[in-house]
Formats: sequence, structure tokens, C-alpha cells
Amino acid sequence: MTAPERRVVAVERELAAPPEKLWRALTQPHLIAEWLMQTDFAPVPGHRFTLRREPKPGVRVVVDCEVVAVEPPKTLSYTWSAYGLDSVVTFTLTPTATGTLLRVEQDGFPPDMQAAYKGARAAWPQMLAALAELLARID
Amino acid sequence: MDRVHAAPDLLFRTLADPTRRALFERLCRDGEKTVAELTAGAGVSQPVVSKHLGLLREAGLVRARPAGRRTHYSARPAALLPLTDWTADMTSFWETRLDALDSLIARMDQ
Repeated sequence: MTAPERRVVAVERELAAPPEKLWRALTQPHLIAEWLMQTDFAPVPGHRFTLRREPKPGVRVVVDCEVVAVEPPKTLSYTWSAYGLDSVVTFTLTPTATGTLLRVEQDGFPPDMQAAYKGARAAWPQMLAALAELLARID
Repeated sequence: MDRVHAAPDLLFRTLADPTRRALFERLCRDGEKTVAELTAGAGVSQPVVSKHLGLLREAGLVRARPAGRRTHYSARPAALLPLTDWTADMTSFWETRLDALDSLIARMDQ
């Protein structure tokens, strides 16, 4: 049985800019630094980079990433490893009448399942369905 | 000792295994069970079921209650709460970042 696609985190935002302009904000390090984190990102599949920020003095957040897919100005995805949890973040840009609809999806999967990434993805919908059901029953 | 809240990565790792997930789901659905009862219908041997129950217990997903010579296992679905927290935390993180992106877009040259 093929399980339907289901993401763990999905956020959408309508932005007042054409996809090409938004693409620059997603892929140029000096622009990424202005809305996300400091980075040495390059839009090349396989490129490894970090996202860093210091929310307060002495506290450093470092996310280890690797570019998975680059399709300007439509799709960008990279792996996202932080706090011992590996996930993949995917940005999808869809032109609208007034700008661009940006969809950010992030799905997590366990580190030891990376080789079986597709298998992990297939297992998620069942687990999340069970999770939703269980949470509804918690006192 | 049963753990109250395991880290999300331990929960993900523990529930990634289909046999363990099936055992956990069955305990959630059917309530308290012994190893023998769980082995019937699990499709694996009793030692394998015991091993999986041990890992579920380490992750805080299952509680063990000894009664005479038998141990009764039950699910602790509340142990899954850190997972919803992770999802909620990331959603909130992206919402905040997209606010910043929206503001950057307004400042950028064409």
C-alpha cells in the first residue's frame, strides 16, 4: 500500500513579490541572513552549509544543512539537522495574481533511517494519524 | 524507571520501527496486555516482543506493571507530547521567519 504524502510542518505565506525576486531572498547569503540566519549557502545540489544565529549572547544555534534540490524560481530544498533531529525543508514558490505563494514544508525523520528515507516517509502518515488519534484521547 | 518525557529524536527513532509502532498502537487501542498476549498476533517471537517493549519503555512510551509472575504493559500516549511540541515549535519558528522575509521583500530592490 502506498501511503499518501504528509508533511510534519507546513506554513504558507502570500508575498508581494514575483517568484524571481523571492528566489533571491531564499538563495543569496546576505539576503538569507536578513530573514533566516547567517549562512554560507550556495544554490548547488550537494553543497553543505550551516545556518547560524545567536539569539542571545553566549547562545549559539547551528543548523547543519545540505542542498537537496534547486529549481529556480520554483523549488528549493535542503536537509536541516539540529538538536539531534534530521529533517528536510522544502520551499515551493507559486506565482499568484499579486505576487508569490511561498510554501515551507519541513518533515522530520530519524537519523538512522536516512538510508531508508523513502521508507521513513511512507511510515509517517500512519504514525501521525495514530498520534492525532492518541492526542485526542489524552486526559 | 519509566521516563516522563524522552527527547524527540529518541521518540522518532523508537517509533520508526514498524513492529514497535504496531505494539504501541495495539496497547493504545486495546489497553493493558502481557508479553504473551502481545506475541499472539505480533508476527515475531516472544523474546523479540520483549526486546521491543524494553525499548518502548526506555522511550517512556510504555509502562510496565509487575503482577505476580507476569508483567502487564500499557501505553503512555502522553509521552508523544514532545513530538507535537517540535512540530508546533517549528511552525512558530517559520511563521516568525516569514514575517521577517515579508519585511525584507518590501525593502529589496527589484
